[in-house]
Amino acid sequence: MVVAKRLILAALAWAVTALAAAAEDPQLFTLDNGMQVVVIEDHRAPVVVHMVWYRVGGADDPAGQSGIAHYLEHLMFKATDNLEEGEFDRVVQANGGTHNAFTSWDYTAYHQRVAADRLALMMEMEADRMVNLRLDRSDWLPERDVILRERGQTLESSPDRQFGEQLRAALYQNHPYGRPIIGWRHEMEQLTGEIATDFYRVHYSPNNAILVVAGDVEAEDVLELAREYYGPIPAVEDLPERHRPQEPPQLAERRVIMEDARVAQPYVHRLYLTPTRTPDDQRQAAAYQVLAALLGGSAQTSILERRLTYDEGIAISAWAGYSGSGLDSGTFTLGIMPVDGVSLDDAEAALDRVLANFLEEGVDMEQLERVRMQIRAEAIYQLDDTQARAQSLGADLALGFTVEQSEEWLDLLEQVTPEEIMAAARRLDRHASVTGWLRGVEE
Amino acid sequence: MIRFLSAIALTLGLAMPAGAIDLQEVTSSEGHTAWLVEEHSIPFVSIEIIFTGGASLDPAGRAGAVSLMTSLLSEGAGDYDAQGYAAALEATAGNVSFEAGRDSVSLTIKALSENRDDVIDLAMLALTEPQFGQMSLDRVRAQTIAALERAAQNPNTIAQQTYARLGYAGHPYATPTDGTPATVGSFTLDDILDAHRAAFTSDRVYVGAAGDITPAELSAIVDRVLSALPEADRPLPEYRAFDAGPGVTVVPFPGPQSVIQFGVPGIPADDDDFMEAYLLNEIFGGGGFTSRLMSEIREERGLTYGVYTSLASNQFGDSFVGRMSTGNENAAAAIDLVREQFQWLADGGITQADLERIQTYLTGAYALRFDGNESIARILASMQFQGFPLDYINIRNDLVRAVTLEDIQRVAQRLAHPDQLHFVVVGQPVGLEQDAAAPAE
Repeated sequence: MVVAKRLILAALAWAVTALAAAAEDPQLFTLDNGMQVVVIEDHRAPVVVHMVWYRVGGADDPAGQSGIAHYLEHLMFKATDNLEEGEFDRVVQANGGTHNAFTSWDYTAYHQRVAADRLALMMEMEADRMVNLRLDRSDWLPERDVILRERGQTLESSPDRQFGEQLRAALYQNHPYGRPIIGWRHEMEQLTGEIATDFYRVHYSPNNAILVVAGDVEAEDVLELAREYYGPIPAVEDLPERHRPQEPPQLAERRVIMEDARVAQPYVHRLYLTPTRTPDDQRQAAAYQVLAALLGGSAQTSILERRLTYDEGIAISAWAGYSGSGLDSGTFTLGIMPVDGVSLDDAEAALDRVLANFLEEGVDMEQLERVRMQIRAEAIYQLDDTQARAQSLGADLALGFTVEQSEEWLDLLEQVTPEEIMAAARRLDRHASVTGWLRGVEE
Repeated sequence: MIRFLSAIALTLGLAMPAGAIDLQEVTSSEGHTAWLVEEHSIPFVSIEIIFTGGASLDPAGRAGAVSLMTSLLSEGAGDYDAQGYAAALEATAGNVSFEAGRDSVSLTIKALSENRDDVIDLAMLALTEPQFGQMSLDRVRAQTIAALERAAQNPNTIAQQTYARLGYAGHPYATPTDGTPATVGSFTLDDILDAHRAAFTSDRVYVGAAGDITPAELSAIVDRVLSALPEADRPLPEYRAFDAGPGVTVVPFPGPQSVIQFGVPGIPADDDDFMEAYLLNEIFGGGGFTSRLMSEIREERGLTYGVYTSLASNQFGDSFVGRMSTGNENAAAAIDLVREQFQWLADGGITQADLERIQTYLTGAYALRFDGNESIARILASMQFQGFPLDYINIRNDLVRAVTLEDIQRVAQRLAHPDQLHFVVVGQPVGLEQDAAAPAE
């Protein structure tokens, strides 16, 4: 058994090495105005993904103006000095493309996917709105209603999402990660085109942006086009440093109880403040990532599901997760949804008991080998998804990683040792955590 | 349904997603067919198998049986218990997953080339030797009921289910694909075995594959899987015309927003006018940001974050349906706007420019769908399920371009009947009269 497994691993290691040679490595350039350019060549289909990332997100919203980064993302589809309101959409559509944008706490990205020979047109329009956005009242006022509706529809209509919002607000005592990206409703209602324009002037510039192009293109051609369209945009001289308010030492665990008539199945969900993945230290984050996989990564074989759902039968499901994608902080999550008749109190105690047992018993090497196999397979599967490759590389660059550091991540995950995993588990600190109960309203 | 008497590995170069991709029809030694795109640059394969029937095979009063049975397939098979099966699959880093839909069950397989045989072994076990133990049934049933109860608190789900109940009374489509807490709570192991016998058959099946596999290797897999299955012995449901009648049905629900689902009878997927109807829908309320409805209701008035319509053309019934969400105070105005826009459609509002714009868009966007082995395998199986010919990928853009404004207006006359619109409103709409009987639970 052991021998057979070694053989499989050896075969896979070879496959990954061979692929690394066959697949096109990302190529990195920097324009004179400071804009980073990354190209991933993939010639399997005549399609290209074009993305521009800005190193600004919801955590950079000025105090009292939560939601402004996300609101600006919506407003970027309005008029510029050269494009009418809605023209960006129309041109992308007319060319058969798809496009969208998203805002995270730390970055904002705009992307299009089109036939490869339309790349220049996408660059022309994206470069235009990097500097020429023109916000008229007739544009920004109705769009504010749209984001308020978006908050109503995607967040306030769901007790789970509202609960998540409350938990984050309780976890972060000082850092703006405690505010929702979409914003608090009462602050969103006060946002204006002027506030958005100020934010735009400060943060949207080539030296705060990264261009990622992936697909059926030649890197040299992309660089030439980037010089033509993005090159003439001047760098902003006084780009602000990204110093957001940081967390103080956390001394007291927090508890949140939320009751909502719409809750059909109560559950416990806990967030721990943890280290995040940084260019200087990816290993610690890798240990948390693998720890989450061992505890909750499989509905059948992960530790929490096996003990609580199968052996004891007291959970409908139980979970663990790690997010190390924040610039300043990571979060580790644990949770359990008990079966009917088991109280949240007992469910939480069971969750803690299983975690305590894990701390005593340590890592099951067979389970760790299965997780490692899946990490290795991921290195192969991800080559099939050009957009996802572009997205994960773009996000890493926006967070300050180099291409090399970004590409190391899967290797580091695979190298995580049982000792590192146990050390990460022991560092989970209840003093820096919030435990939430979501339940229905008592009759 | 078009059948091909083709030579083994009939090859067509695809004009759209580059000449780089070749679609072939593979005929196995036992006479089964499968569609394949060979692509050896990345060492894994995706295989998609669609079995016709799905939740539509659930007997009366047994809604959700096929869906629950499908969930139980990963709960142990052959000598493996649930966790043993999952561990074996995880050790291959492959994927074997089943999904029950309205009219089909799909089996999705993904396997690294060096583990392909192991993954197929595990797929075969789940398909032909599931354990279906009472303890698994009880546990998965509890999970399913919990999920159904959560879904029953989601206003979008309430709107969609109410709409189906009103429009397809007495037909399988009136009940949710995943059943209700009552039906799921009543299932015995016999019901599950019966659903298994009904759902997986060797003569109602379509196979698509893409990736690192040869025609001969795929043929062997197809023979192995299909020869292990029985022939179909259950009738499929009769076709039923959607008929909710005109009106407004209000379902009270707490919160500041109303979800509004609306629609009229639709058009069958094999209708000669389907392509025209498809373009009409894309112009009127399709997924783009600048559909007529989005422009009138979101961009002009900021009444909603999104409003979409689609042709819900299932195998045994169809509806031209849309959904939006708005503040309770705006629900009545939003309904009036939707009626106005259907009138606009009926009055020949679509212009030549609208048509040309959507033709350019759809023909350009087509290549974008072929974005990886899994997508391609799924498209290939789905095209066969829907009865498209092997060369459809080549001619599809020509069919889109051939639609004229006259065609569109003719189909608008067929589909756009503002006086037939039924609205289901889930929320606390202000100033909205309910003028249709509330549906029974």
